[in-house]
Amino acid sequence: MSEEGVLCGTFFMNGDVACAEGAISAGCRFFAGYPITPATEVAERMSERLPHVGGVYVQMEDEMASMNAILGASWAGMKAMTATSGPGFSLMMENLGLGVMLETPCVLVNIQRAGPSTGLPTLVAQGDMMQARWGSHGSYEVIALVPSSPQEIFDLTITAFNLSERYRVPVLVMSDEAVGHMSEKVVIPRIAPEELANRRRPDVAPEEYLPYKSNGDLVPPMAIAGEGYRFHVTGLTHDVRGYPVMTAEAQDELVRRLVDKIRLNRDDILKYEEVGVEDAEVIVCAYGITARIARLAVQQARDEGIRTGLLRLITVWPFAENYIRELAQQVKAFVVPEINYGQIVLEVERCAGGKASTLLVPHMGGGVHSPQTILKAIKEAAQ
Amino acid sequence: MTSTVTVEENTIDSLLRADRMPHIWCAGCGIGPAVGCFIRAIWRAGLDPDKMALVSGIGCAGRVAGYVKLDSFHTTHGRALPFATGLKIGNPELNLVVFSGDGDLVAIGGNHLIHSARRNIDMTVVCINNFNYGMTGGQLGPTTPLDALSTTSPYGNFEYPFNVPYLVAASGATYVARWTVLHARQLERSIAEALTKPGFSFIEVLSPCPALYGRMNKQSKGLDTMHAYQQRSIVKDGADPKDVAITSDGHIVVGKFVDIERPTFWDYHKQMLDRALRKATLANQKVL
Repeated sequence: MSEEGVLCGTFFMNGDVACAEGAISAGCRFFAGYPITPATEVAERMSERLPHVGGVYVQMEDEMASMNAILGASWAGMKAMTATSGPGFSLMMENLGLGVMLETPCVLVNIQRAGPSTGLPTLVAQGDMMQARWGSHGSYEVIALVPSSPQEIFDLTITAFNLSERYRVPVLVMSDEAVGHMSEKVVIPRIAPEELANRRRPDVAPEEYLPYKSNGDLVPPMAIAGEGYRFHVTGLTHDVRGYPVMTAEAQDELVRRLVDKIRLNRDDILKYEEVGVEDAEVIVCAYGITARIARLAVQQARDEGIRTGLLRLITVWPFAENYIRELAQQVKAFVVPEINYGQIVLEVERCAGGKASTLLVPHMGGGVHSPQTILKAIKEAAQ
Repeated sequence: MTSTVTVEENTIDSLLRADRMPHIWCAGCGIGPAVGCFIRAIWRAGLDPDKMALVSGIGCAGRVAGYVKLDSFHTTHGRALPFATGLKIGNPELNLVVFSGDGDLVAIGGNHLIHSARRNIDMTVVCINNFNYGMTGGQLGPTTPLDALSTTSPYGNFEYPFNVPYLVAASGATYVARWTVLHARQLERSIAEALTKPGFSFIEVLSPCPALYGRMNKQSKGLDTMHAYQQRSIVKDGADPKDVAITSDGHIVVGKFVDIERPTFWDYHKQMLDRALRKATLANQKVL
């Protein structure tokens, strides 16, 4: 352990705990949460660890409060996070929208379980992937990252904080119960300060500061409360001063910028892993825990002589649409296994644009695919 | 010959966003006068406005955040308190004020209200109570008196309203007061007191809504409501909050009801921190 209480070394820990440690390594010093299976261990770990690194854990009365509390803490200059699962994720959608509208850096972790409603609280699913993209009202973009191991949830939680600070947007870590509850080796490196992004701060005097004026890159510098800027921010449609303006023109200018700051920076944000896609005629496109099983199926298909590749999505939102469009020119089919009844497959199908076929391999949740199920789909797609 | 008369600058101007005037509040509305009391209270308490932050929810009173020249946040409906909780924990040096309405704080934000009082986190809540939802056109809310008319109680309200000071006091607030906007000096003094009082302070401010609630309940001018306040109010400092429920035509008990000492969120947090730091952390963490 380093002097400041931030862990360093090789550990055996579950995904939820690794997520909490990733947050602490990323500089998160505020966590607001509400207990929910299977994300509870993130909160428990934060409540144990934050006092030792000068941070504060606060247990809120519900998930609406948790989401708001992290927004408030972010405006006080903290790096802040909450963690939840399906039902709580639904409750957070209201103020995810506020986070987008105020352009507030923060991280929201969803350890997905099976729904709808209370569903299977202790068992895995990937059913909130579209909600992550569209769950709050209005037109907006967020960033969503999907880890497939405890090591990766550690790494991606740091990435999530960096992206949220860089783009002033809530970043979602869309993990799942299987990754959250599996224990594996996690290597925690010493993170150098320059590896951590911090929001750009205003470099003008308070009288000249305009909270939503960006200098070309669409991401405005952010003042924090208590520094004399006396700024105003609102969830209403606003102009560069942060003042409400109830016109279609102001709405057009604001929403375009909120969306474009993510869309136009897609190349900087996107992360994916590819295995054997160069000569593939079938590509399995998978994410999270399902990608680990797909890897095995892809290997088996190769062994049986089917030229198969794996495209593992790490960033799911924004979607890797240009890349999938390109791949669609080359392959016969995409096979999309996911623990829901068809969500990301819709995006793959849209990007394939009829150039390649798409085959969904659904699982309703409560367990993971067997490699044989995915292998069978690969064989079907290869015909 | 003309002479120039120099009028002393209005002391509240420097804390208002002049570039946002005129405001959206109706003629006769009580929110403006309450904001005036609030700003004078800041001066009275001798606070540095640079070290203050104000959070509002949604509704007519929610718009206060947009008119005061402080770091100010106009959040979502009902959620001003949890937003403020994060802000305060993030920077404990901030003097934090939540300024919002009865629908926002007591209805949709009711759960956050009782929990913020329970937590006794250091902030001041000014709750404008105009007995209805003004922004959406005068619907009944959880403070609408029994039998009162509103656009969704056209035959009279048939639900009990909350006695808000009683609710907040029972939840753990260390300072609870109620005034009407007619009681401008008492209100100003009370807000100043609350701003410097550690813990969760709550001030209910009864406020005319002539355009909606007043119009439907025989007080179509702001002045009618002010007259009613004058005739019906009884100042009773130290009144037991359980005895201050508001009815549509009975007495309105105003005053400072609660002013107690109780360890705040930070007091207990500090005790916890001492215990935590004495304990070796992660002793059971297996290092490979």
